[in-house]
Amino acid sequence: MSDASQAPRGPQEFETALNKSDTRVAEFDVRERTLFDRAQHFLHGNPTMVPVIVLVLSIAAFGILAGTKFFSAFNMSLIMQQVSIIGILAAAQSLVILTAGIDLSVGAIMVLMSVIMGNLAVFAGLPTPLAILIGFAGGAGAGALNGFLVTKIKLPPFIVTLGTWNIFFALNLWLSGAQSIRSQTLDEVAPLLKIFGDSVRIGNAQITYGSILMIVIFAILWYVLNHTPWGRHVYAIGDDKEAAELSGIRTDRTLISVYMVAGLVCGIGAWASIGRVGSVSPQSFQEANLQSITAVVIGGISLFGGRGSILGPLIGALIVGVFNSGLRLIGVDVLWQVFAIGWLTIIAVGIDQWIRKVSA
Amino acid sequence: MNGQEPILSARGLVKRYGRVTALDHADFDLYPGEILAVIGDNGAGKSSLIKALSGAIRIDEGEIRLDGKPVHFHSPLQAREVGIETVYQNLALSPALSIADNMFLGREIYAGGLFGRLFRKLDHKKMQDVARQKLTDLGLMTIQNINQAVETLSGGQRQGVAVARAAAFGSKVVIMDEPTAALGVKESRRVLELIKDVRSRGLPIVLISHNMPHVFEVADRIHIHRLGRRHAIIRPQDFSMSDAVAIMTGAMEPPETAEAA
Amino acid sequence: MMLRKLLLAGSFMAAMGAGQALAADVSACLITKTDINPFFVKMKEGAAAKAGELGIELQTYAGKIDGDHETQVQAIETCIASGAKGILLTASDTKAIVPVVKKARDAGLLVIALDTPLEPIDAADATFATDNFKAGELIGAWAAKSLGDKAADAKIALLDLAPSAPSVDVLRDQGFLKGFGIDIKDANKIGDEEDARIVGHDVTNGNEEGGRKAMENLLQRDPDINVVYTINEPAAAGAYEALKSFGKESDVLIVSVDGGCPGVQNVKEGVIGATSQQYPLLMASLGIEAIKAWADSGAKPENSPGLDFFNTGVTLITDKPVDGVESIDSAEGLNKCWG
Repeated sequence: MSDASQAPRGPQEFETALNKSDTRVAEFDVRERTLFDRAQHFLHGNPTMVPVIVLVLSIAAFGILAGTKFFSAFNMSLIMQQVSIIGILAAAQSLVILTAGIDLSVGAIMVLMSVIMGNLAVFAGLPTPLAILIGFAGGAGAGALNGFLVTKIKLPPFIVTLGTWNIFFALNLWLSGAQSIRSQTLDEVAPLLKIFGDSVRIGNAQITYGSILMIVIFAILWYVLNHTPWGRHVYAIGDDKEAAELSGIRTDRTLISVYMVAGLVCGIGAWASIGRVGSVSPQSFQEANLQSITAVVIGGISLFGGRGSILGPLIGALIVGVFNSGLRLIGVDVLWQVFAIGWLTIIAVGIDQWIRKVSA
Repeated sequence: MNGQEPILSARGLVKRYGRVTALDHADFDLYPGEILAVIGDNGAGKSSLIKALSGAIRIDEGEIRLDGKPVHFHSPLQAREVGIETVYQNLALSPALSIADNMFLGREIYAGGLFGRLFRKLDHKKMQDVARQKLTDLGLMTIQNINQAVETLSGGQRQGVAVARAAAFGSKVVIMDEPTAALGVKESRRVLELIKDVRSRGLPIVLISHNMPHVFEVADRIHIHRLGRRHAIIRPQDFSMSDAVAIMTGAMEPPETAEAA
Repeated sequence: MMLRKLLLAGSFMAAMGAGQALAADVSACLITKTDINPFFVKMKEGAAAKAGELGIELQTYAGKIDGDHETQVQAIETCIASGAKGILLTASDTKAIVPVVKKARDAGLLVIALDTPLEPIDAADATFATDNFKAGELIGAWAAKSLGDKAADAKIALLDLAPSAPSVDVLRDQGFLKGFGIDIKDANKIGDEEDARIVGHDVTNGNEEGGRKAMENLLQRDPDINVVYTINEPAAAGAYEALKSFGKESDVLIVSVDGGCPGVQNVKEGVIGATSQQYPLLMASLGIEAIKAWADSGAKPENSPGLDFFNTGVTLITDKPVDGVESIDSAEGLNKCWG
């Protein structure tokens, strides 16, 4: 090595002042915080707490206002039933929204698959389990189409799913002729299609298999998102796709799989919806895609991706159900129910933005 | 260093973007255990060079060798698989995920047993332990909670996490792109210590920086990139910072003796 | 089913091809609310068949969802521009559509409102519709007579269409209540009644899912409901599912309006007590004939005596007829059903 004095080989001259300064590296300040700050921090760490608090408060409020008609085991189980389909779609929607996408086609996929299941089992004479499996596969396939267009053709998810929403809707009309398959026909030919409408009674509560299915789907997705690499990758992609890519995640492959899983969940939802509605109804659930987004947003999942717990949308769907049921039972016009849900959605996004502003 | 084989080398790299030639038969050599700084004016092609070495772009011509064997990268993933880790300027961290999750992003550890294999269950505890260990090794354990989200960390702490990740997995080479550019004085100092720390553990480092004092402080050799190719290699002991800048901008002819490699 | 669809699609295409080959100088437009309601799908089929028969070139348009007003306005403008002789229209927004309808009439097109009257009704040249108030009255009267003395303390649930309460919604709802013998106060307003027998109104969007949810909600309000009015048969089918899950399906009379084949089948099987059947195919084919007449001779269709529209008829279908309310049984209804 040559003469070391020619170039500085230690800290720069101006940096010697640092020796006297604090040596800690940007630690957390333990400054006094207001209660408000602390609440913000707590919610930042536990984003699902907002919807949980809202749910508990709204149940309590309607319990007081509407009395036992509202606050009964039976009504609670009824609300579960009523939100089960939107809840399942919200689970599918959450996956996509976690990747900073959006899926406007979830409802259309579900209705189309229910029509396919019904047509195959009732008119084509296929064994019902096979018809159901084809419906599942169709759901996954529809999701794969969305995923392919988003990743490989590089179109924005909003545009892609706006398109496929219309495409699946048109296919639904073509296949069904807008005609329902009657409950009684299903009972005769393919009762298995209606299985999720059956229920178990626990005390006064009437819990349908559809409600249980919703809970199970959320539980599985919670496990997958939190305890498998795939789940971590979904969050990472939604957080910062480029960073995820540079971290070595195969983002396109993961994204396609996200849309596929979402489609599959819609396919499962299709089966459950036949049970819930009682018939194969091509006309039902026309607004289900937007309702699912509402549940996701109220559930505290950020539309910007990467943030929020999958359990949030379950709570979100229940909040919507509780509001509808409660407002109805205290005799509020439908109009004002819609009004209330609208504000709820906006407030939910507002709270999300506020929580995200938290500074370390 | 003569007599030693370069661990990572490149010959005649060419990369064109339409009519612009970003790399014009560029060469590159990195020797074991050294910190090689790469400097160059804006547009000199140094970032293309780094991207070529880290697999982020595909080269049109030329050859890259790792340990003397030719390698071809189609993605950053392939470069990583052979032991070249890159700390990008934007760090490539997911802000909302925890430190441990970020350290293992894309190469998670599975839980053992049937359950782990069947349900692809992550071994959270092990990943946390390893992450904590790696950070402690680099003296970064002022971070208390390995499960806190990266976005709650300061800039220097984030840089620390990214460097720790690269050091933990980079078995051959660590490339650092402007690691001090976004940092304050105090945090820059910490990161420079970290870089020296990584070298002392035997890993060679490619350091891209605009900050001459930092380059002159830590680099063993300086690769000066100009007009799409390697213009000169100098030792910081032999030249002043203003000389380096002069060579870099073409105001001074590169010294004959400097072309050591 | 799939095969049937394919054949159907094939025949449609054949019909379209034929229409173009004839190079018909008379063209007409059919604009329906949506393509999702079998009622309108049938209407389209009826119009297409009649148009093919008379050598009229038919263009069809539909809103995307119920209440899609914009698409209908654009469709009318397209029809004017294309030089069509007449328009058959089932309006989504019966008031807002009036200005553009006027534009069409000023341009010399015959505009016939099908199924849904415009507001005011004479904004169109003619209206071919079911007497929806009458349809409601028939099922109301049937329900009251069926209950006999018990009608005095009936508990009634009304499952309507939509929060926006389009005219068909109001007419059927109010007709039903009047037929049942309830003071409806303002016949243009749903829900202003004060009769204690009414448990409540809820909306269904005219589909099974909405029918079920609305029924569940009203049962929560009063589990003793024993009469259920429904806007259409899909809503009735949904309501029945809800009643079944509450274990009350045998204690409740469900009445409905439409007369679609699945609905009539439900009458036959006792799911629906009675339904008022309407005739969309007839509306459409009469409409096409009227446009043909207008193109040929400039003659406009006339209204039914005593009404401000042409009544295409409504028939009560039930297998439990009551005195004083004329009806046909489900077997006959199935012969006439659509969809």
